[in-house]
Amino acid sequence: MKRTDTSDPGYYHRVVDCQWACPAHTDVPEYIRLIAQGHFNDAYMVNRESNVFPGILGRVCDRPCEPACRRGRVEDKPVAICRLKRVAADLRDDIADRLPRIPAAKNGKRIACVGAGPASLTVANDLMPLGYAVTIFEALEKPGGLMRSNIPSFRLPDKVLDGEIDMIVDMGVDLRLGQRIQSMRALLDEGWDAVFIGSGAPRGKDLKLPGREAAAANIHIGIDWLESVAFDHVERIGERVLIIGVGNTAMDCCRSSLRLGAHDVKVMARKPRAFFKASDWELEDAEEENVEIIVNHSPREFLIENGRLRGMLFDVMEYDLDERGRILDSRVTGERTIFCDDVVLAIGQDNACPWIERDLGIEFDQWDVPLVDETTFQATRPGVFFGGDSAFGPKNIIWAVEHGHQAAVSIHRHCQGEALEDRLPVTMNLSSRKMGIHEWAYANDYNSAERRLMPHVDLKERFRKLDIEVELGFSPEQAAYEVQRCLNCDVQTVFTDSLCIECDACIDICPTDCLTMTADGSEEELRGRLKAPADNPEQALFASAPLKYTGRLMIKDENLCVHCGLCAERCPTAAWDMQKSKFKFPYAVDEDEAWQSRKRQTA
Amino acid sequence: MSFMPKPRVAHPGLPRNELGLTRRDYEGGMSTLCAGCGHDSITASIIQACFELSIAPHRVAKVSGIGCSSKTPAYFLSASHGFNSVHGRMPAVATGANAANQDLHYIGVSGDGDSLSIGLGQFCHAMRRNLNMVYIIENNGVYGLTKGQFSASADVGSKAKKGERNEQPPIDPALTALTMGGTFVARSFSGDKAQLVPLIKAAMRHRGFALIDVLSPCVTFNDHEDSTKSYAFTRQHYQPAVHTDFVAPATEIMAEYEAGESIKVDLHDGSHIVLRKVSPDHDPTDRASAYAFLRKRQKAGEHVTGLLYVDGSEPDMHMLNHTVQVPLNRLEWDTLCPGSEGLGAILARYR
Ligand SMILES: Cc1cc2nc3c(=O)[nH]c(=O)nc-3n(C[C@H](O)[C@H](O)[C@H](O)COP(=O)(O)OP(=O)(O)OC[C@H]3O[C@@H](n4cnc5c(N)ncnc54)[C@H](O)[C@@H]3O)c2cc1C
Ligand SMILES: Cc1ncc(C[n+]2csc(CCOP(=O)(O)OP(=O)(O)O)c2C)c(N)n1
Ligand code: SF4
Ligand code: SF4
Ligand code: SF4
Ligand SMILES: [Mg+2]
Repeated sequence: MKRTDTSDPGYYHRVVDCQWACPAHTDVPEYIRLIAQGHFNDAYMVNRESNVFPGILGRVCDRPCEPACRRGRVEDKPVAICRLKRVAADLRDDIADRLPRIPAAKNGKRIACVGAGPASLTVANDLMPLGYAVTIFEALEKPGGLMRSNIPSFRLPDKVLDGEIDMIVDMGVDLRLGQRIQSMRALLDEGWDAVFIGSGAPRGKDLKLPGREAAAANIHIGIDWLESVAFDHVERIGERVLIIGVGNTAMDCCRSSLRLGAHDVKVMARKPRAFFKASDWELEDAEEENVEIIVNHSPREFLIENGRLRGMLFDVMEYDLDERGRILDSRVTGERTIFCDDVVLAIGQDNACPWIERDLGIEFDQWDVPLVDETTFQATRPGVFFGGDSAFGPKNIIWAVEHGHQAAVSIHRHCQGEALEDRLPVTMNLSSRKMGIHEWAYANDYNSAERRLMPHVDLKERFRKLDIEVELGFSPEQAAYEVQRCLNCDVQTVFTDSLCIECDACIDICPTDCLTMTADGSEEELRGRLKAPADNPEQALFASAPLKYTGRLMIKDENLCVHCGLCAERCPTAAWDMQKSKFKFPYAVDEDEAWQSRKRQTA
Repeated sequence: MSFMPKPRVAHPGLPRNELGLTRRDYEGGMSTLCAGCGHDSITASIIQACFELSIAPHRVAKVSGIGCSSKTPAYFLSASHGFNSVHGRMPAVATGANAANQDLHYIGVSGDGDSLSIGLGQFCHAMRRNLNMVYIIENNGVYGLTKGQFSASADVGSKAKKGERNEQPPIDPALTALTMGGTFVARSFSGDKAQLVPLIKAAMRHRGFALIDVLSPCVTFNDHEDSTKSYAFTRQHYQPAVHTDFVAPATEIMAEYEAGESIKVDLHDGSHIVLRKVSPDHDPTDRASAYAFLRKRQKAGEHVTGLLYVDGSEPDMHMLNHTVQVPLNRLEWDTLCPGSEGLGAILARYR
């Protein structure tokens, strides 16, 4: 097996599962340690640097980090990473003086952003400190994009949303609310130095079935309906509601219905539970509120009586699955009528940019999705950038933020006349956590605490008003427990092969049998003959150079290392050391610093 | 010394043995020995062997004397019986325990100091009686616990950490065992689990005294350049003379074992050992030839390892003394206690 090159930041970054899974690479273990030490402001700032909206994301993030969390492989429940982010946001003090300073003298460059969703807001957040004049055009009367118009206030209170959006707008962004851009040509003619399109994926899919037209008054498109609810244009819904689709939008629709007068809410799924798009926790929250989820029902017809919606007719489905759970075949085994007063369609969203003329050099593919470079986020027309849902279709807030960061880097390089591709690389710094002979500057002991449960507002109380936040947040005591569950995966096991005397101490002590000294072989073959099977191919194997006495290799399966430091503690020669990895992901501000110093050097 | 215990969390894919236990269930307390001490690897090998043999931990009695090595029974099989005795006196305690209950597995752990200096007499007599036990000497050439004085196993010319040269000839535990009637004589190295684990398993199944002399570097006091028991020196002079495979009862011996130089040794419980000779001039079933072979190789400066001699047919202490076959704690009271009349009769024999 090839010797592992640990100088490549990618290797150790992958070990920090949560940070690797986070689209914006939030330094999770670092902020969890800061919370453990009671440094909430610092924890908030670590978050803000990468994900910009810690208070918002601490409530509604899609949290790809949690399924990736190592704790979930070692035991079964991951660390409550997302909820700890909220702890930092809830318990912090005023951090105004730690926000970047906005230069009084502008750099003379004007940037237009279309839409005030998380993508555009991130672009503004990254460019304002560099002296750019950023203007955001937003069709609605309030900023925030779908975070405002679609995510219900019982999940994300206005106060939290306002607070974090204001931090950006108050940098001096020229926010033009109620201004829908109708023509890209007209916008370009205004002579902006760059245009960023963060207009989202605004079109909710319709379901063209018999009866659709006749019952239109009681059939709602999910994202439009949620927007009407958010802006108080809709205040009631019928008693019996069917939600079609079982993604996250469906979950918000069914729970909103319950707060607008519905008593009997059914979510109708075409396929079995394993195929649901909604996150487990959103399903749990809906089921806790007594929403019924009905599987294997495929919509066939809207039933009309006296010119009004009366119910829906479904085909009852049966599926043949293979051993990996994939559908091989399906058939209709019967039909079923379900009566209802309203139907909400939550079956997906599409990109739509009807206001972008197709002769401006901005190309779209056959599905009307713009052609966007995956690294630079530039469209086929230089100086025009896409990010968030408008770039590659509906994703989530944290992806929109990361797109915003990358687009800001590109916009900065574009405005300085530099090639967009020559971006700064990701860098890494390692520093030992050794304090004494068996003392480490991190809590290395494995804490067997179980995941804390999020306290919820009482079921009756929460339906009283639309905007009662259901989750109460962790108490400081719960947070104090939960932080101890983090394994500090960023404190890396760093091996110096020339020091190893092959005494076996590390091999014997490792609680999860990560380490083996063995003869060389191919990675695939080695995986089968380690001290414990290395059966998770997603996780790397580390291989040392041949060791000096026997020529064997030190192999480490990263999969289940709990970063307890015992290998380093029991190693007589410090061949293993525990070193904290810190990665630097370059933002527009770093590009700017690098650019300034290049300028100084050539001057 | 580490201050935190080894976390209980384990690899979910760990295999289970016939008792449904994992290797982790055979562990003991956290070692307080120096980081990198060879003794800890031997502990790990004992754990592995007991796990693989599916031995119920409470059917084991661990006995030891005094020394770093003698501390190690605290670090394995925390669910078994144990007696950490007096310096060099472990054989006496083991003899007494075995006399009372011959059904337990006895694992004695000793050091070169404990067995070859203060305890040499006890060590020899336990072999002479063919006491049914596994006797492991964790041999590092020094008194580790008392900070590194030469022990009786130090080689001539080996230097102490501060430069002092050892001039006295060593006592070789394996040669001693061959002379004293040991019925299972092996040598190994803490850093070679592939060899050590099958040896421990075979020793556990051998009826009689099974000595394993395990070279076990003391990283703190005897791992320097001029030491002959350092990791580096041991690796360089390490000479496996026999490959030992332990084969559980009712397991077919694979055909490849039959070929060439392999010897099959039956053990009393139906299991057997398969020995594959590496050196043609060595016969591990012939005491005199094993002795001669060892002497010759020792002169050449080699650490000859493997199962050097075995004889499973010799009677053990209980057979030699015609004692009752049942552990004393399972005898009926009137069988166990002679009564005052019976006692009088016994005493009368000595008047
Ligand atoms: C019901 C629902 C629930 C969701 N829940 C979550 C969740 O819990 N967690 C999560 O991470 N993600 C969630 N998402 C997804 C998430 O909200 C989006 O992925 C994210 O907001 C996309 O950000 P964006 O900046 O690309 O665009 P958007 O947030 O869509 O913002 C685009 C903005 O542009 C404006 N606009 C559009 N066209 C124009 C124009 N021509 N001129 C001016 N303004 C214009 C729109 O009015 C809108 O305000 C949810 C989505 C939906 C529909
Ligand atoms: C009766 C008695 N004499 C002397 C000692 C001091 N003493 C403690 S351990 C030891 C030697 C241990 O050497 P060894 O058995 O080789 O063990 P190691 O520490 O090297 O593993 C001595 C002499 C003692 N504890 N008791
Ligand atoms: S830190 Fe070392 S001992 Fe602890 S789990 Fe990881 S490899 Fe094993
Ligand atoms: S404990 Fe240290 S010296 Fe010993 S085998 Fe492990 S890395 Fe090598
Ligand atoms: S002194 Fe030597 S024998 Fe004792 S624990 Fe330390 S290394 Fe092991
Ligand atoms: Mg010793």
